[in-house]
Amino acid sequence: MPPTLGKASPPSEDKRWKIVAATMRRHGFSRNALIETLHTVQQSFGFLDRPSLEYVAQSLRVPLSKAFGVATFYHFFSLKPPGDHTCVICLGTACYIKGAPQLLAEVEQSLGIKQGETTADGHVSVLTARCVGSCSLAPVALFDSEVAPRLNAVEMRGRLARWMPS
Amino acid sequence: MTPEQLEQIASEETAARARNPRRLSVCMAAGCISSNSDAVKKALERAVAGGPLKDACPVTGVGCMGLCSRGPLVSTEPAGVLYQNVTPEDAGEIVGAVSGPAVERLQCSRELPFFKRQVGVVLENSGQINPERIEDYLAAKGYAALVQALTEMRPAEVIEQVSRSGLRGRGGAGYPTGLKWSTVAKARAETRYVICNADEGDPGAFMDRSVLESDPQRVLEGMIIAGYAVGASRGYIYVRAEYPLAIARLNTAIRQAKHLGLLGSQIGNTEFAFDIELRLGAGAFVCGEETALIASIEGGRGTPRPRPPYPAQAGLFGAPTLINNVETFANIPPIIRNGGDWYAAMGTQRSKGTKVFALTGKINCTGLIEVPMGMSLREIIFEVGGGVPEGRKFKAVQTGGPSGGCIPEQFLDMPVDYDSLAQAGSIMGSGGMIVMDDSSCMVDVAKYFMEFCMSESCGKCIPCRAGTAQMYDLLAKICEGRAALDDLAMLEDLCDMVKNTSLCGLGQSAPNPVLSTLRYFRDEYLAHIQEKKCPAGVCACGMKQEAGS
Repeated sequence: MPPTLGKASPPSEDKRWKIVAATMRRHGFSRNALIETLHTVQQSFGFLDRPSLEYVAQSLRVPLSKAFGVATFYHFFSLKPPGDHTCVICLGTACYIKGAPQLLAEVEQSLGIKQGETTADGHVSVLTARCVGSCSLAPVALFDSEVAPRLNAVEMRGRLARWMPS
Repeated sequence: MTPEQLEQIASEETAARARNPRRLSVCMAAGCISSNSDAVKKALERAVAGGPLKDACPVTGVGCMGLCSRGPLVSTEPAGVLYQNVTPEDAGEIVGAVSGPAVERLQCSRELPFFKRQVGVVLENSGQINPERIEDYLAAKGYAALVQALTEMRPAEVIEQVSRSGLRGRGGAGYPTGLKWSTVAKARAETRYVICNADEGDPGAFMDRSVLESDPQRVLEGMIIAGYAVGASRGYIYVRAEYPLAIARLNTAIRQAKHLGLLGSQIGNTEFAFDIELRLGAGAFVCGEETALIASIEGGRGTPRPRPPYPAQAGLFGAPTLINNVETFANIPPIIRNGGDWYAAMGTQRSKGTKVFALTGKINCTGLIEVPMGMSLREIIFEVGGGVPEGRKFKAVQTGGPSGGCIPEQFLDMPVDYDSLAQAGSIMGSGGMIVMDDSSCMVDVAKYFMEFCMSESCGKCIPCRAGTAQMYDLLAKICEGRAALDDLAMLEDLCDMVKNTSLCGLGQSAPNPVLSTLRYFRDEYLAHIQEKKCPAGVCACGMKQEAGS
């Protein structure tokens, strides 16, 4: 029997699934709402895992392969849980010519991980962005979504140190 | 709501302002917020509340004032003083000076060429009004164009004015806007859609972000007018998820417009109905391409498809669809208000009106500017932008993002318009201008953009998917000092192939940064290849060579 409209059951009892279901309901469980729904999942849980993709795919009646295809096509979606803190280095053109590559090398070296990775203790993730649109303050990085303008290596180390457990 | 009621709100707002002309405006666009303008605003509010001006001098958050490099910016009324690099500690002094002489230490002259040479059309309200209050927009002639269009003009007359204005698409390609509108209007269909492309993907560009954060109602008004002109009743704004503040302000703007009956059914008490929904992008550069954007709104992977059919004939959900960029829509209200001829009087023969540019990189005044088309690059960079800092030498200006090119010094006196930039081997693009000085290596810059195109290629067509990867490898080889002259020849062959055989604009324009740097900075390529040396000292070619030997 084909699954009934919107009747797939959420992966867990977690209340955040209600927010996800609300997004799908707002769009009438339309297949077109796939990206909007994945945004809500990521906003609520921080990343997309297989059970969440299965739940969304089933609810919107799209093949799991399509949900997976969309989730991996767009850079904004992450299939891995983020660290407690995230440091995003902007690699837009203005940041690039004002020294973003050196900042990235610095953060990679001081944490011992590469971009896209999370420290072994799950404490800090290092990511890069194509451009965050704060070009007039280049080079910038985002520390937990807060923009740090005109960043240099010294300040960067200071900001990272603030995240370290004392 | 009737036009009269809207006018009433506007005049009440104007009267309230006249009764109490004192006001402090703090820039609350993304740039200044990053420079701590939020704390400045709170400090000003406290200083006002604790002094003689209590309840007599509102502190308002406004949109972008342009000169981001000197933020946080604060302006005072009625004196019209502008303060730069304001800190929360300066609040008391600034409030004390509202009705007296200005605080000289913090003052930023409005006589700077940065301000003097600008012409505000798209940015006329930017930095003036509170983007989170529709009343502010109404008092600044907001929605007057919509009312005029709905009550005095037939849809064909609206399109006629847009055509007369000579406005060309501000997303980069420069397609005549009036022509696009009339194609959608003529398409035979029951349903039509309007899409606003706010997926500002070019790195180094933030014009659309600023417009959305500073004056979101203007974009809605432009879209509603477009909906009326082409016969659509539904619009979508496809906005980058990376712009949380722009998204929040758009949501507020849509809610307020609905509340006043400017969205929904019977707009302005007429038969016309129009609704706007937001759709969030998810970080794919290719979604700036119109067919890819449509695929993304439909919930799928953002891959382009061959055109024709063009979206104007068969677009979103198969219906005729009008897609314009944020800045294009933002130009519409003043064009309708003042007439197409007024707009066409600005600019050059084939590029009318004004253009918003984001000035960044190695330039003194980084920020957002709006100038008439046809101003020379020299005026933009050295007068408006204040030149290159630290006494270094100008080398090139990059326009058009990964689809554009690097323009060298010999073209500085060229007037900036769609055609002249194309002749110089670049494109207008959406308006990012990244200035580079002699510390930048042009081969490294070409490699940077190729890495961008390689990882942003959607993978649908082979020339782009494989070609960009091959070109990137060759550029990396050159930068590392491992290349021979044959590699340069192969790179040029690949440029030609990818340019001519790719499916969409991303692939077709991906070779542009390489082609333009090869054209003007060939000696730098040759230095990397023949002398194993990077003239700017950016690439580590020589060092690797030594380490290996």
